[in-house]
Amino acid sequence: MDAFTVVRGPAAPLMLPDVNTDVISPGHTGKGSLALSAFAPIRYLPDGRDDPSFVLNRDRFRGAPILLAAQNFGCGSSRESAVWSLRALGIRCVIATSFGDIFFGNCFQNGVLPIVLDETVLGSLAAEAAEGAPVEVDLTASVVRSPLGARIPFTVDPLRRRQLLEGLDDLDAGLLRRDEIRAFQHADRALRPWIYQVSDAGTSLPLG
Amino acid sequence: MSTAEVGGRTLVDKIWDQHVVAELGDGLDVLHVDRHLVHDVTSPQAFTTLAERAVEVLSPELTFGSPEHSVTILSGRTEESNDLSRKFVPLLRRNFATHGLRLFDIDSPEHGIVHVIGPELGLTLPGATVVCGDSHTCTNGGLGALGFGVGTSELALVLATQSLLQRRPQMMRITFTGALAPGVEPKDLMLDAIARLGADAGAGCAIEFAGPAIVALSVEQRMTVCNLAVELGAKIGLVAPDDVTFDYVANRRFAPTGALLDDAIEHWRGLVSDPDAVFARQIELDAAAVAPQITWGTSPAHSIPVDGPVPDPAQAPNENTARQWEQALAYMDLQPGQSLEGLPVEWVFIGSCTNGRLSDLEAAAAVARGRKVSGHVRALVVPGSRAVQRAAEGRGLDRVFIDAGFEWGEPGCGLCPGLGGVTLEPGDRCVSTSNRNFVGRQGIGVRTHLAGAATAALAAIKGAIADVRGN
Repeated sequence: MDAFTVVRGPAAPLMLPDVNTDVISPGHTGKGSLALSAFAPIRYLPDGRDDPSFVLNRDRFRGAPILLAAQNFGCGSSRESAVWSLRALGIRCVIATSFGDIFFGNCFQNGVLPIVLDETVLGSLAAEAAEGAPVEVDLTASVVRSPLGARIPFTVDPLRRRQLLEGLDDLDAGLLRRDEIRAFQHADRALRPWIYQVSDAGTSLPLG
Repeated sequence: MSTAEVGGRTLVDKIWDQHVVAELGDGLDVLHVDRHLVHDVTSPQAFTTLAERAVEVLSPELTFGSPEHSVTILSGRTEESNDLSRKFVPLLRRNFATHGLRLFDIDSPEHGIVHVIGPELGLTLPGATVVCGDSHTCTNGGLGALGFGVGTSELALVLATQSLLQRRPQMMRITFTGALAPGVEPKDLMLDAIARLGADAGAGCAIEFAGPAIVALSVEQRMTVCNLAVELGAKIGLVAPDDVTFDYVANRRFAPTGALLDDAIEHWRGLVSDPDAVFARQIELDAAAVAPQITWGTSPAHSIPVDGPVPDPAQAPNENTARQWEQALAYMDLQPGQSLEGLPVEWVFIGSCTNGRLSDLEAAAAVARGRKVSGHVRALVVPGSRAVQRAAEGRGLDRVFIDAGFEWGEPGCGLCPGLGGVTLEPGDRCVSTSNRNFVGRQGIGVRTHLAGAATAALAAIKGAIADVRGN
């Protein structure tokens, strides 16, 4: 996984609530690659041309590494392709007032930093960034620096932060714990044997 | 162990505490996964990851799978019936064979949507942690299990370690007082709740559903309620297990039996929130006030009583929401203030992990019996599993639907995510018992109206959205 330390560049404001993962990474587009499919339902006109009203179609925000969003960004389906799609567009950081829980977790597995900011703070940042002036997200200091130099601290789970800084996903850490997990299962088997004794009665009884 | 240092523990705390393999500090835990259910579409890259790292599945005996997303749902289907299943079904079969995992394959008598077959096979148990690469894994909460969806990277982690790195969620309880009015389904109860509370009301939370209106539900109906927890923004939703749950679990194919079951039930009886349990948020809603629902927009929160007006963006609570409503109205080709009653539809889909169980099909059949599907509507009834299909056929429900002009399909997710070998055209309007009316989910430009099973069946008969009360 790619490490995340400091990312600097334009921050594209997509200030709609509840942007779901079916919109971020649609199942039906006829567009092929993740980069072309990303946001397809709100990115293209019916004739297939770019919709100029979609923020990432504006020249100043094409390739922007930071996305600003409203509440509940990434709600819906667990599809990790939502994060892969953001990466395919070059987005490394999403700043929103809240996130879909599963999407939020998926970000950390793919070197994408999700940041939660208060609505007022995010609003001022979006206003400063509206013309495409660069925003800096510094995970080493856990701070966002606005185009006018405002220093906006953010919080992220210390373990998640360390993983992003070092480019490690959960699997790297989890594999080291397999013996510990086996020991847990051994002890747990005595407490909850029905979880581990999965025996097949061989017949499915009728429902109802 | 519990975060609730003052006061008692919640149901979720109790289940959570039993699954902590290690505490990593700052609220992050290594959490054991008791049941891992795997489907065809989100798992391939996880198996690739295992292969790349030369890692074995840690607990093959706790891992089960079913190819349900990609498969065609029309009668007579095989895995060759569409391009997606031609690719994904053999891939899942191969991955399962490689690791010695139990697959309920497309033609097996156990096949079905993972969230339907987990409970009905007795794999999902009260107090168990259940994980799948699918956001509607919260459905399992209907049995008092702690179920939640994960992405593909976490799926690989579960295969490799039978555990996950998780932060204990915030505790939230929604208490439904009163009783559902006649003609109102659990689906309506939840759509109404999502509309009132918002699609992000449960973000970061595990929601316990409680109160007399919940206790009165069957386990199948509780699954419908918990299924929609994720549409409230919560990864986890659950109902405390009770005698209704234990009766449901007993005699299921893979469920414990005899003394083991007795011990399990004794343990499960303790899985209730303490009277002094601490919740971050508690909400009370009146179930008796809920009317049959229909969604007008592109979020499950865009739900209204079927006889109510479509809202006006001018009345939206803030500017961002106003813009969202305007875009939703444009996409759905609707006007503010309009009534949806009488709005013609081209498609009706009855099925999915939300409403594809026997009780849902019975509710739909009660409306369809002796009537005919409108000439311009294509209506599909898709049982959630082979077992649901057999039970429905045993009761003659397939004949009720076929005689009325519905198509009687084969188990799978189907039209919910716009798959299943059926293609809807841009501009088509579909009343669907599934869980998401997102832009483009059922196909490019397709307009989805979410509803309960009875309301969906009636839309097929009338050829338009209608109120089940008095119809």
